Amino acid sequence: MNSIQQLFQQKDKNLLSIYFTCGFPKLEDTTKVIAALEKSKVDFIEVGLPYSDPLADGPTIQDSSHKALQNGINLDIVFEQLITIKETNKTPLVLMGYLNQMLKYGEDKFCKKVVECGIDTLIIPDLPMVEFENHYQQLFEKYGLTNVFLITPNTEEERIRKIDAYTKAFIYVVASSSITGAKGEISDQQIAYFKRIKAMNLKSKLIVGFGISNKSTFNTACKYANGAIIGSAFIKNLDKNGIDTIDDFIRPIIS
Amino acid sequence: MKSKFHPDKNGYFGQFGGAFIPELLYPNVKELEDNYIQIIESNEFQTEYKSLLKDYVGRPTPLYFAKRLSEKYGAHIYLKREDLNHTGAHKVNNTVGQILIAKKLGKTNIIAETGAGQHGVATATVCALMGLDCTVFMGEKDIERQAPNVARMKMLGAKVVPATSGSKTLKDATNEAIRYWIQNPETFYLIGSVVGPHPHPDMVARLQAIISEEMKWQLKEKTGKENPDTIIACVGGGSNAAGAFYHFMDDEDVELIAVEAAGLGIHSGESAATSQLGEVGIIHGSKTILMQDEYGQIVEPYSISAGLDYPGVGPLHAFLYESKRATFMNATDKEALAGAYELTKIEGIIPALETAHALAVLPKMKLEKDQVVVINLSGRGDKDLETYIKHLEE
Repeated sequence: MNSIQQLFQQKDKNLLSIYFTCGFPKLEDTTKVIAALEKSKVDFIEVGLPYSDPLADGPTIQDSSHKALQNGINLDIVFEQLITIKETNKTPLVLMGYLNQMLKYGEDKFCKKVVECGIDTLIIPDLPMVEFENHYQQLFEKYGLTNVFLITPNTEEERIRKIDAYTKAFIYVVASSSITGAKGEISDQQIAYFKRIKAMNLKSKLIVGFGISNKSTFNTACKYANGAIIGSAFIKNLDKNGIDTIDDFIRPIIS
Repeated sequence: MKSKFHPDKNGYFGQFGGAFIPELLYPNVKELEDNYIQIIESNEFQTEYKSLLKDYVGRPTPLYFAKRLSEKYGAHIYLKREDLNHTGAHKVNNTVGQILIAKKLGKTNIIAETGAGQHGVATATVCALMGLDCTVFMGEKDIERQAPNVARMKMLGAKVVPATSGSKTLKDATNEAIRYWIQNPETFYLIGSVVGPHPHPDMVARLQAIISEEMKWQLKEKTGKENPDTIIACVGGGSNAAGAFYHFMDDEDVELIAVEAAGLGIHSGESAATSQLGEVGIIHGSKTILMQDEYGQIVEPYSISAGLDYPGVGPLHAFLYESKRATFMNATDKEALAGAYELTKIEGIIPALETAHALAVLPKMKLEKDQVVVINLSGRGDKDLETYIKHLEE
């Protein structure tokens, strides 16, 4: 059983996950952000690996990645940072990055390092299902890693069922056809989509992401899914107000 | 006939290709993949495509025997005059084809990325022709250095959106186009080169293959043989080279030479010579060779030519390089400028800066007097006049 499955055994409603970018706002902030999020009782944390060309990300996360890379972050430093909190941090971590980073670092070396850091769940948005089936499923199984697939309003039912069968952590329900970033409130059209997915009675847990920015959007998403991920809104707050205000950002959402 | 240079069912040329796209784009790419071959091979498409190429684009383009260039280099040098196409480059072959495919799929909103602006102009042109909305993403830096083409796109009714991230060139324009596409999945992404997720590289290569198809019969008319000894073409993403090589890839006796932009020099840190500096990786949805650092961060390329300023090559070219079917050479900014000035002076043709890189390898080659060489003159140099004049004065 992986760390996210264990988490769902304890709690399966209103789960809040926060995405943050490693090495942002400052190079040494990775572990500080994780510690602050744990203290604020976030349910699990999405650890973002900064990438030069993050296609699925909107301007806020893109900008944080750019700044983190300018700060000098790289995969070796990320793994060094994450390993230092392995014993103290009890909040499950999910690693989010792009496939080219893993490919260049060396697939086996990458997976080994991830496991050493106590992480067992990956989100790689540009890893397509056919590549997963042909190669990565076997690789991940070798290291006890699990992959999170994304679904969108345009994903066909048959494909969602297939993704459900592969899923061991959760299905990432992309709230709208969009890149990351807050869009205001959740529309009726999106709610119809959430209802459609909920009605499919999938075996997997559902976590909504993209466009979740505050208590209102978080609560709406949680009506139809097990929880939601906030990314860009958190990054904006972190950039503007700093690490010391993390609890001020989280508390109103989960209270 | 199935060629080993055609992609397999998953869009792979050897180990290169595929479709590494976020789930958000899967339905669009799948729709195209399921339909493009059937559309392209239909009589209806071929009739309309060939008719537009003939009467609108101005094809066939001449295969011109460059007498004075031949005398200078001691070989039989022919220029495939893609510069004489409507809109001034080979790019229009692809946009005419893709706009017909877009219409067949019922798409009304067209987006494109552009470096030098030739693809943007060609896309804006066919959108005007078909009455479709057009948005072109272009690096902020390229908007500055390609002002005439930006003006043309606007006059043609296209919206030109600056890409302000990264190096503010072609790579970033492509990122922005893909991001827009994710947010507007009903859009048709009219990609400009043999790059991107499968089936784009194959689709663009098929639409540019008209270049080598014509070369075959034109050479037969002029030389009695349909195969040349050597074909030279510049490579950024690689669409003009793919078109020029297409019908000769299985003819191993034809030497294929792809010329990349070395910028200020291969190891100067200011270069776009992907085959020399790149490694296997994933860019814009496809596995290929690309310039990257040890952590897989994409390295920003440099070339004097906006159309070659790209950190990768299309997956077909990566395969041609790895399998040694094509020879990859390169030319610096200075060598390209010299090549352009020479062609202008002795043949009265001002080539695009991209094409100038292909011309620039002639002095580096050992040519035989009977050797038949075809250079794909991919575009005309009007858009680069400011750069040419600036360096001429220097």
